[in-house]
Amino acid sequence: MEEIQALFHGFAVVLQPFNLVLMVIGIVLGVIIGVLPGLGGANGVAILLPLTFSMPPTSAIIMLSCIYWGALFGGAITSILFNIPGEPWSVATTFDGHPMAQKGQAGEALTGAFTSSFVGALVAVVLITFLAPLVARFALRFGPPEFFAVQFLTFCSFIGMGRGSPFKTMASMMLGFAMAAVGLDTVTGTLRMTFGWSELLRGFDFLIAVIGLFGIGEILLTMEEGLAFKGMSAKLNLKVVLQTWRQLPAYWLTSLRASTIGCWMGITPGGATPASFMSYGIAKRFSKNGDKFGTGELEGVIAPETAAHAAGTSALLPMLTLGIPGSPTAAVLLGGLLIWGLQPGPLLFIEQKEFVWGLIASMYLGNIVGLIIVLTCVPFFAAILRVPFSIIAPIILVICAVGAYTVHNAMLDIWLMVLFGVIGYVFKKLDYPLPPMVLALVLGDMAESSFRQSMLSSQGSLSIFWSNPLVATIFGLGLILLFWPLISWIMQLAKRRAVVSSGS
Amino acid sequence: MTTRSVEIVVAVVFLVIGAVVIIDSLRVGAGWDSDAPGAGYFPFYIGLMMTAASIIILIQALVSKSSELAKTFVDPVAFRPVLLVLAPTLVYVLVIEFLGIYVASAIFIGAFMVYFGSYGWTKTIAVSILVPAAMFMMFEIWFLVPLPKGPLEALFGY
Repeated sequence: MEEIQALFHGFAVVLQPFNLVLMVIGIVLGVIIGVLPGLGGANGVAILLPLTFSMPPTSAIIMLSCIYWGALFGGAITSILFNIPGEPWSVATTFDGHPMAQKGQAGEALTGAFTSSFVGALVAVVLITFLAPLVARFALRFGPPEFFAVQFLTFCSFIGMGRGSPFKTMASMMLGFAMAAVGLDTVTGTLRMTFGWSELLRGFDFLIAVIGLFGIGEILLTMEEGLAFKGMSAKLNLKVVLQTWRQLPAYWLTSLRASTIGCWMGITPGGATPASFMSYGIAKRFSKNGDKFGTGELEGVIAPETAAHAAGTSALLPMLTLGIPGSPTAAVLLGGLLIWGLQPGPLLFIEQKEFVWGLIASMYLGNIVGLIIVLTCVPFFAAILRVPFSIIAPIILVICAVGAYTVHNAMLDIWLMVLFGVIGYVFKKLDYPLPPMVLALVLGDMAESSFRQSMLSSQGSLSIFWSNPLVATIFGLGLILLFWPLISWIMQLAKRRAVVSSGS
Repeated sequence: MTTRSVEIVVAVVFLVIGAVVIIDSLRVGAGWDSDAPGAGYFPFYIGLMMTAASIIILIQALVSKSSELAKTFVDPVAFRPVLLVLAPTLVYVLVIEFLGIYVASAIFIGAFMVYFGSYGWTKTIAVSILVPAAMFMMFEIWFLVPLPKGPLEALFGY
């Protein structure tokens, strides 16, 4: 019950008027960010992060995490009304959400989407409340080898669970690590890969990378696809909301499955996007109306939205307890922790109780406030999208440039942002995944330092990674995931051979 | 340009970066420095893995018969708007260096609206002045975060 007590302390922190105001601002900004193409959770938080440098860390994290919740809610609005996913994780929501809007059931679809987002997030927050302290307590025993093993596992799971080419995942990830290594090596004081260019001393900042890759890159892609915003209008009143809410309990099993998938994918760094697709696919297979999916089934909206929100929220669990973010947005928040001078990891739960529980309490409250805001303000948010793209696009580009500049007050960063934008565009087109690169860029220094410390204590022998059962298990899991593409390829080959031989 | 040639170019770029990482790691010491791992100890393996991955991607791009690879990378018609955004953005960043971000943003937004949206002058001028003005209020006055400024702001004493 210690957790409950701590949680109440957290609520006391959140309910301070200043923090409440920040929460509402965060959510409204988040929904706007989620609605606009080119601005998403990750780069929206990255752009606003420099503005929080002077705030107390607890208030800053409340505002930034609320931007994240807002962005998760906002993605659904564009998917359903405009058939344009404002966020990658709401692509699956368009499958049934937009057909519903075309049938004139936009209100039902939106209510269903928002409510199930809320349910998914709530399940994930409850999970965080009770599981995170346990994980943190367990992780207190971790030394550098264990931490490196967990980081190794994180990166291997990108390779093992990614859908594209494992080699592209690897290349993208290694590029992130290489960029993280650029600049002054704090341990030996050596300059790495600066080639005498003093501007590179600082290294590459992941905030710039995120703003470029996800912001500029996304706008370039949007331009190529040639967007025309033709939206449906939604009538969302109390009657529609209550009517939809009456239908929802019937889909409890779908919600439960979706929440489970979401939480799992969020804690392991699968992320919200694959979670939403997986949940949609599974709901389609198990539902009685599975064959009607894609024509406007409420269940087809509930499944991906619940999973996306559950994944997005539970991605904060490994970030808080182990210092390993489960999604790009969580990675940006983690970078924020470092900037505010907090060391992510299990000690956070002991040394920064107010921060941690304030954040967790703000997740409860933020999602309730978020649900109310989106349910009442849909027409306002949809109106933003009716502002023509020729006005919105340059403003988004200007905001990105400002965001990139404010990180270090450096002009070079704006140029780098444009470069990252082009990289993001090309990578997206060639199916190089971006999240591994961002996570490697954020975690690079931490992974390197835990690797170095491990090597130091074992005098350079890799055997330290199987020196005790705990580290051996984590490391072993990592190896299995790393070679999973190879294993599944061999298994497929064997199966095909079996089929061929039985056929002949 | 086919997707295949872009794949090859990107793989080669990765290969070069990987090689640079390896060479630089060797320079700063990829081995064991007296009693601790050297500065290049970790990056060396990063470079090695990047090189290995890029070689495999390169080989796959060269030998694969997938029809996806034979497609054009971008349809020239669809690529035009991409360039029409990218080129002004580059000019915009260049202009920031000289005129500061507020004036540059006003010009950028205005040009965009006239060219893409063909708006009237009143609307264009209104939006392209109001947005930077709002930015100025927010950053210079509320948050006290200085942004790049040019001669115009100097005229008003900022």
